[in-house]
Amino acid sequence: MSSVFVWLNDQLLRMQWLSDLVTLLLRDVIGMDVGSRMGASVHFFLYDTVKIFILLSVLIFSISYVQSFFPPERTRRILGQHKGLGANIVAALLGTITPFCSCSSIPLFIGFTSAGLPVGVTFSFLISSPLVDLASVILLASIFNWGIALAYVLVGLVLAVLGGTLISWMKMEHQIEEFVFTAPVVSHDGGTITRRERLSYARDQVIEIASRVWPYVLIGVGIGAAIHNWIPQDLITGLLGQDKWWSVLVATIAGVPMYADIFGTLPIAEALVGKGVGLGTALAFMMSVTALSLPSMIMLKRVVKLPLLVVFATIVALGIVVIGYLFNATAYLFI
Amino acid sequence: MEIKILGSGCKKCVALGDNTQAALKAAGREATIEKVTDIIAIAGYGVMSTPALVIDGKVVSTGKVLSPKEVGFLLPAA
Repeated sequence: MSSVFVWLNDQLLRMQWLSDLVTLLLRDVIGMDVGSRMGASVHFFLYDTVKIFILLSVLIFSISYVQSFFPPERTRRILGQHKGLGANIVAALLGTITPFCSCSSIPLFIGFTSAGLPVGVTFSFLISSPLVDLASVILLASIFNWGIALAYVLVGLVLAVLGGTLISWMKMEHQIEEFVFTAPVVSHDGGTITRRERLSYARDQVIEIASRVWPYVLIGVGIGAAIHNWIPQDLITGLLGQDKWWSVLVATIAGVPMYADIFGTLPIAEALVGKGVGLGTALAFMMSVTALSLPSMIMLKRVVKLPLLVVFATIVALGIVVIGYLFNATAYLFI
Repeated sequence: MEIKILGSGCKKCVALGDNTQAALKAAGREATIEKVTDIIAIAGYGVMSTPALVIDGKVVSTGKVLSPKEVGFLLPAA
């Protein structure tokens, strides 16, 4: 039973067959030595690019199908039925199945707030939405393993719940721009959706997201390949090694100005771990790139005042740093 | 009649704009079509998912590319 699972996991999720196929192609068709530095880079690049695009298509298709059952109007209604910590938890959970794009977070923020949802609940949703989604879980399981994937989801959700709860406690409602509260509340349900419409919605999402993220994926895999084979190990472990106390901090700060999808950051994290960087350090970098990016901060600034923005960024950054050190300290449990 | 298409310039918004044009033509109606792309302005209509269709200041559809026929049903009586 377990060997069947291992086989399925290796072939479907890790795509061992693809790695073998790329090796075969490079060695026998092109005549390249995959053991050489150049060959290994090309192998990493081809294998990771194809793997990420296959996973991305399958995952986005399935998730979008599920997502079509939870349009923002429905999410808002569900959230309105919960109170206190429960509402934060539900918000964090719903964040995992809603949009991938940070550009949709502003309309959601305004729509939730104008309908009277507490600020803290909305922030729980805003933190969890880019950080944890079903696609990232499967990708993490594919690149690392299931233990790491599940632990990542758990800490991501905890961060979203705690962050939102803290913002509630601080009573920062007055730090939101006035017009947000006065925006009209429209509750269109879009009528009933047929199964066919859900399927075509899912297909459209795959096309839309793939055409948006492909440059990030290629850049991410490119950087990953460079780290994997060209940048001296000493340099990387000297800066980000397990024994360096600043490693998680540096990784978190380095991630902020970067803006990419989780799909683009995973190959970088993978290559870093392969070079002896702590798992927590690599995850901190990944979380920082996806949850704290300058473009989304600039967008948020249009609806919230600076103090709330600073509080939000600080909570998330501190959370990421803590999670990073936690993973580094307990990495032996996962790898 | 005043029609607004809300959406930050994605492919779907263009499609909704085209379908609206087609619906107007089929119904033999005239209207000004304006595209609203600023995310804050869009959210100002209370819209959370785009593309959305606004006719005479009222949001009539969100998060969906309506077919010309569907838009036709939403046009107010002449």
